[in-house]
Amino acid sequence: MRHFLKLGALALAAGLAAPALAQEKLKVGFIYVGPVGDFGWSYQHDVGRKAIEAAFPGKVETTFIESVPEADSERAIEQLARTGHKLIFTTSFGYMEPTLKVAKKYPGVKFEHATGFKRDKNVSTYSAKFHEGRYIIGKIAGKMTKTNTIGYVGAVPIPEVIAGINAFYLGAKSVNPDVKIKVAWVFDWFNPGKEGDAAKALLDQGADIITQHTDSPAPLQQAAARGKLAFGQASDMSRFAEKNILTSIIDDWAPYYVERTRAVLEGTWESKDVFDGLAKGKVKMGPYVNMPDDVKKLAMETEEGIRTGKIDPFTCPIVAQDGKTVECKDGKLNDGQIAGMNYYVQGIEGTIPK
Amino acid sequence: MRLVLVSRRRISRQRQFATPVVALLVALAIGGLIVWLMGRSPWRALQVFVIEPLTDPWALQEVLLKATPLMLISIGLLFCFRASRWNIGAEGQFLLGGICGGGIAILTHGMSGFWIMPLMMIAGMLGGLAYAAIPAVLRTRFGISEILTSLMLVYVADLLLDYLVRGPWRDPKGFNFPQSVSFSDAAVLHPLFEGGRLHLGLVLALVVAAIAFVLFRRTLFGYAVAASGDAPRAANFAGFNEARITVLVFLISGALAGLAGVVEVAGQVQQLRPGFGQGLGFTAIIVAFLGRLTPVGATLSSVVIAVLLIGAESAQVSLKLPYDLTRFFMGLLLTCVLVGESLDRYSLEIQRERT
Amino acid sequence: MIDTLPLILGTILTAATPLLIAALGEHVTERAGVLNLGVEGMMIVGAASAFAVAVLTDSSVLGIAAGALAGLAVSAVFGVLVVYLAANQVATGLAMTILGLGLSGLIGQNFVGQPRAPIPPIEFPLLKEIPVLGKALFTGDPVFYLSLILIGLVGYGLNSTRFGLLLRAVGENHTSAHALGLPVRRIRFIAVLFGGLLAGLAGAYLSLIYTRFWSPGMSAGRGWIALALVVFAAGHVWRLVLGAYLFGGITVAQLHAQAGAIGLPSQLLSALPYLMTIAVLLLLSISGRRGSGAAGSLGQPFVPER
Repeated sequence: MRHFLKLGALALAAGLAAPALAQEKLKVGFIYVGPVGDFGWSYQHDVGRKAIEAAFPGKVETTFIESVPEADSERAIEQLARTGHKLIFTTSFGYMEPTLKVAKKYPGVKFEHATGFKRDKNVSTYSAKFHEGRYIIGKIAGKMTKTNTIGYVGAVPIPEVIAGINAFYLGAKSVNPDVKIKVAWVFDWFNPGKEGDAAKALLDQGADIITQHTDSPAPLQQAAARGKLAFGQASDMSRFAEKNILTSIIDDWAPYYVERTRAVLEGTWESKDVFDGLAKGKVKMGPYVNMPDDVKKLAMETEEGIRTGKIDPFTCPIVAQDGKTVECKDGKLNDGQIAGMNYYVQGIEGTIPK
Repeated sequence: MRLVLVSRRRISRQRQFATPVVALLVALAIGGLIVWLMGRSPWRALQVFVIEPLTDPWALQEVLLKATPLMLISIGLLFCFRASRWNIGAEGQFLLGGICGGGIAILTHGMSGFWIMPLMMIAGMLGGLAYAAIPAVLRTRFGISEILTSLMLVYVADLLLDYLVRGPWRDPKGFNFPQSVSFSDAAVLHPLFEGGRLHLGLVLALVVAAIAFVLFRRTLFGYAVAASGDAPRAANFAGFNEARITVLVFLISGALAGLAGVVEVAGQVQQLRPGFGQGLGFTAIIVAFLGRLTPVGATLSSVVIAVLLIGAESAQVSLKLPYDLTRFFMGLLLTCVLVGESLDRYSLEIQRERT
Repeated sequence: MIDTLPLILGTILTAATPLLIAALGEHVTERAGVLNLGVEGMMIVGAASAFAVAVLTDSSVLGIAAGALAGLAVSAVFGVLVVYLAANQVATGLAMTILGLGLSGLIGQNFVGQPRAPIPPIEFPLLKEIPVLGKALFTGDPVFYLSLILIGLVGYGLNSTRFGLLLRAVGENHTSAHALGLPVRRIRFIAVLFGGLLAGLAGAYLSLIYTRFWSPGMSAGRGWIALALVVFAAGHVWRLVLGAYLFGGITVAQLHAQAGAIGLPSQLLSALPYLMTIAVLLLLSISGRRGSGAAGSLGQPFVPER
């Protein structure tokens, strides 16, 4: 049996070698958790993929497999590895173990796993400091709210989302001590109907600004339908609510993807953990609109401050909801503390659901 | 003038074998036409979708791996469907099997011992069986249609899994992500061959298929099941009343779906996490009908569907064809088979309008 | 609270409307004795087609019509198979669902991420001033009012018209209906088409009113919920309406309960509608009424003897 398998592998290798001579292109593969058309998370990764093609014309070839269930992703990842892809981006947390397993089998292939925390010689991890953007929109919301109540549509209670809520609240509170936030969990990343209903529930409870950490434009649309203000998520969503959007937090994976592809092309790729945000352009802000000039100025100053390192959303002291001060070195929380955040900061009401 | 269906007295053996093949060819032809309309080569698509998964050893292992749970579930469903009991909640029974089997793995985490895997399988089968018993009893004792109760229990099972992996069974070191610990070695089905992922589950599934084959062919029970679907009174003569048959077929299909759940979590996923069901329980219904409700047919059509699912991934890689096309094609294939089946049982005849 | 109550009611009504519309259609189909498990597929094809046509023609009215017709088209395939070719209803329904999910993705491919302006609500001048209920009931979208008309139409049509009587007779016992000379299959086919039309309309509501964009898989299981509602209704239109609004109410209440920071496992609340439906069926059965209230020959194919 094993002999048979080996023969098959040889035949396959021969089959692959023939076209490989004709084209010396680097093949870069992507695994998406949703359809490319989700217009949120997977869509933005696909924008990054296209940026690679544009940056290295004729030198790279990219491929993606969409809607890959996390529980059944190992095969899809291996499929890319064995069809000659030398750099593979797996773009959801749930792909962590399968990515590591496949990486062990294909030491010559480089893997990049988004939002995970386990690495290997040929597996890097990368994530973005979305909370930096949330701190800025927190300040805008704190200034703009009239009811002092802001609604927050949350996807799933994992550290990334919780850190976002905390950063948002800290930003809002820094300009408006009376501000309150209400969180409604959808328990899903992409479920337009439910996201919209969550936004409506928050509006019904007196929120006059809606922000969201879910992927569809539904919460933004619902806020606009009631004449309230809101923020866009993942991409510039202005066209869904031109008169009611304040700004968007944009995931821009393109610079990182281009940089890592270049590293493979030049042979300088090595495994690392990259957690950056505004400074490296992985997080971008949409245009600041529908707000008075002083708020706009504040937002731009905050953005600039974070980019240059003068402002940090999690500057100590940080007090958790239970009143304990969070342990702190260097005057701010470190990346690990943010990536593993599982508590609300003081002032946020409610508990994190199980 | 109009078309009418006329019952055939006997369905010839050739017809029985030829129909699914013809249906497959028709579906392939329509699918090929769509691929061509989308500007890709239908020949290349055929190669990627059908030929490569069956000829490349790695892909073949993956096909069989994917087919394993489908075989187990669909063979269980045969019992229900042959008896005209419409258990469409196999997905829920599959999830419960995974939850119970996985629960054993989590409770025995860090331990080793040969007894862990059999215990997981027994727990999983009992879980699936108990869950299938609910719609069965609701039907036999209270006369409530099993179709939608079994379906609604799928959602409940899904939410139960969600609760467990977010709450009590969440991996304490998993950064709050909703998933359990990764199972220890003793709770994992290991690959049969180096370099692939195929595990013992396939052997189990084939054994189950063989047993089902014998049951249907050679035993009174098998006869009674089939008879109670076609002619309930005949089953009564054989000493099986309707209620007993209902409960039995549900328990069998629940236990097998549960076993499939254990095989899936212990073989592929190796932890509990939301969404490990992947809709396999629903796909298995399609498989059962594609296989014309026979054990051999279900076994073969599990492989056919697995080939399509694997082919769908290759098609995205090498032809950039969207995943939705595969879904569309699976629906089309089942439609063709169902039309074929009708034309087997009935012949179309032209009748003059009555005056 | 007085201010927010009408708003909450409005939210519940919008969440319930697509479920109600699809369930009304399926109710009629099932009364005629056909079980259509393809509602989800017809709904999502309706959603994709409605959005595509609305964008292409820049007309929401045409979009809604296209959505309904697309649902009808899929149901016609379903109808030919199960009514005229006597194919298995469970399998054919599932085939339509999976086919519809794939087809909708292909139709919607080029329309992802496009925005669409809202359809203006219809406001009733004096009535909307009624406290609490006025705002929720009398400033709704056009399809919401259509759904109210449909409730009346289905209720009246099934119970008080000759066609309704025939339809129910066909569903109750197709053999006797045939013996009485009723065109069993034609009536069933019409009932299937009506169900598909409404499933498509419900889909159009999703992509043009409920959330105004197209995204793959956006029906998110609502077709299955509609099927569950029909079981819950056990043959009565009023119970169907109640069920749909209850379901909408629970969904919205759950979001409010969270935002109001009440600690309850969210999964339990989400499972409630399903558990409640089973409980209601059980109570009905124990209280001695006929089991599920489903049509007598539901799910059985009919082939006339010669």
